[in-house]
Amino acid sequence: MSIRERMSGNEAIATAMRQINPDVFAMFPITPSTEIPQYYAQYVADGRVDTEFITVESEHSSLSACLGAEAAGVRAVTATSSAGLSFMNEVLYVAASSRLPVVLAVACRALTGPININHDYSDSMAERDSGFIQIYGENNQEVYDNYLQAHRIAEHPDVRLPLMICEDGFITSHAIENIEIEDDETVKNFVGEYRPENYLLKKENPLAVGPYGVSNYYMEARVAQAEAMKNAKKVILDVAADFEKTFGRKYGFFEAYRCEDADIVMVIMGSCAGTARAAADKLREQGIKAGVIKIRVFRPFPGPELAEVLKGKKAVAVMDKSEGFSACGGPLFAETAGACINMKDRPAMVDIVFGLGGRDFTVEAALSVFDRLKGIAEGGEIGEVYTHMGQRER
Amino acid sequence: MAYNLKNEMNKEERFHSGHRLCAGCGAGIVCRAMMRAVDPEDRAVICNATGCLEVSSFQYPYTAWEDSYIHTAFENASATASGVEAAYNIMKKKGKIAEDENVKILTIGGDGGTYDIGFQSLSGALERGHDFTYFCYDNNAYMNTGTQRSSATPRFANATTTPSGIESVGKKQNQKDLTQIVVMHGVPYAAQTTMFGNLKDFHEKAHRAIYTKGPAFVNVLTPCPRGWGYPAEDLMEICKLAIDTCVWPVYEVVEGEYRLTYEPKKKLPVEEFMRRQTRFKHCFAKGNEWTIEAAQEYVDKKWEELLAKCN
Repeated sequence: MSIRERMSGNEAIATAMRQINPDVFAMFPITPSTEIPQYYAQYVADGRVDTEFITVESEHSSLSACLGAEAAGVRAVTATSSAGLSFMNEVLYVAASSRLPVVLAVACRALTGPININHDYSDSMAERDSGFIQIYGENNQEVYDNYLQAHRIAEHPDVRLPLMICEDGFITSHAIENIEIEDDETVKNFVGEYRPENYLLKKENPLAVGPYGVSNYYMEARVAQAEAMKNAKKVILDVAADFEKTFGRKYGFFEAYRCEDADIVMVIMGSCAGTARAAADKLREQGIKAGVIKIRVFRPFPGPELAEVLKGKKAVAVMDKSEGFSACGGPLFAETAGACINMKDRPAMVDIVFGLGGRDFTVEAALSVFDRLKGIAEGGEIGEVYTHMGQRER
Repeated sequence: MAYNLKNEMNKEERFHSGHRLCAGCGAGIVCRAMMRAVDPEDRAVICNATGCLEVSSFQYPYTAWEDSYIHTAFENASATASGVEAAYNIMKKKGKIAEDENVKILTIGGDGGTYDIGFQSLSGALERGHDFTYFCYDNNAYMNTGTQRSSATPRFANATTTPSGIESVGKKQNQKDLTQIVVMHGVPYAAQTTMFGNLKDFHEKAHRAIYTKGPAFVNVLTPCPRGWGYPAEDLMEICKLAIDTCVWPVYEVVEGEYRLTYEPKKKLPVEEFMRRQTRFKHCFAKGNEWTIEAAQEYVDKKWEELLAKCN
């Protein structure tokens, strides 16, 4: 039986962790993810979990400790944001290449500078090539549900990759909303035990992890890792199907909202998707065929599946909530445009960078984006492909 | 049982030949001796910082290590060890490792990975009190990248980033006294040693460190023939000179109590240690005599301070 509750995204993640009861949690505080280990520390203090809770001296060390623990043979988790994720950068790659399925909760926050504690995806997007699976949630319920699926995806023998569960800093991490929390036993059964095949502490078979790989071997290791990321696509869908069977809520790579007959589509991520859907609904009332795609899984990127939905659309706006400084568009745009590259019936596509450092995104703003798309769909000029939105002129 | 080198050498090797360390490298001796200090019936997990040792002892698909081994990065060996220890604790608690089974968690890094880039994670792990032993093979510079100075490089040593020249007499600063810093963490066991005699000093300290509950630290002066500039076969002589000149005093600190484990019968001048190595060659050039005097003065001062602590 699920329980109706009210809580923040951070508490929802901490609750999922408590239900899963991982073996090791290595923590270092940073706004806005700090509450996750704080809630967890209380669970430890109250004897509700039997996790080894390590209060390390940096994010670099929190992830390093997780690697040590995972390699040693147990389930290890941590949480971070922003500069903390950047500080982990080196170790993220080591986790992925060592094929250690650590689960990392990220309350996404802008990167310095200027220093800013509010939401955008600068931090997680900067790590999109680290080899982590990345799953984004729109609200506390999705973040909770994603977390319940995380270990099964990451630890699957065909995958064995670390995974980031991303929530929007403050907007999701701190806002208190209604949520359905599943009961502990069902969650435990759904997630299951961690049973790695080989690990450092296995008596029968000592293991060596983290070799020096010369040119004769490096390429094979990287290709194997790339294959694992491809394999993750099937596993993500399989776990989502089982999740739906068990808990009743449906998940895929992305959510396509009113897209079947849409002429104009906005591709967006996270908490802003609700705003985009509200704008699409308004336009639908006026007979304008607007749709929204909310990306849930960014790594592995569901290119062919996304292209299939975008096929035949007239105009698409990709909404990037991070600035990649490529001078030709943000990371979500690059992926989306790339996914459509070989499609004959390709839509016109623009990139809009918005909402940086917590800048608000309103229904009016979303309507103005659709308005531009409508103009393009009706045969107008595409105009500048890569623009920014919501900033003051001077 | 009293220490007996012959018995020790008859133990099953846990760090095998065939690794790619240079001929005469001190690190290989450290690893073999470290592993001999683990009781044969006990298992070990070795956490290794990036460096010469890592690239030479675990080059895919070969490993020189009989026991489980993990390398993750340069600066995080102690943090990695913290995670391994946490995993060990919970597996014990959950009965996944039998109660009578012992797994010793050993961490090993060079001076770069210990004194410098790995210092933060080392300090953190010591403060948290994990049950592990950190071995530093201190070869006085970043040898893996080609002898760049570290905070363990002694004053006046020629390193590739502190070369001697018309305006330079080598490194400007004295060696960071890491062992003292570790002691200040309040750890139950810390020691300095090197390779001399029949390795009794090394063995006893390593064994005591490994079988001390809580964080333990063993700092091993580990000559590097290429970086220091001496014939590879002279390693034991160089080590002996280091302890006889008191450049590298060997001592241990047990629960805060200092004990000198070797006192030279006749304290030799520092000059005799320096003369054997090309990294100090410029110190013997005309006009640079003062460097040898300054080096002597510093060694004397540190030695007197240590003696005061030991008495």
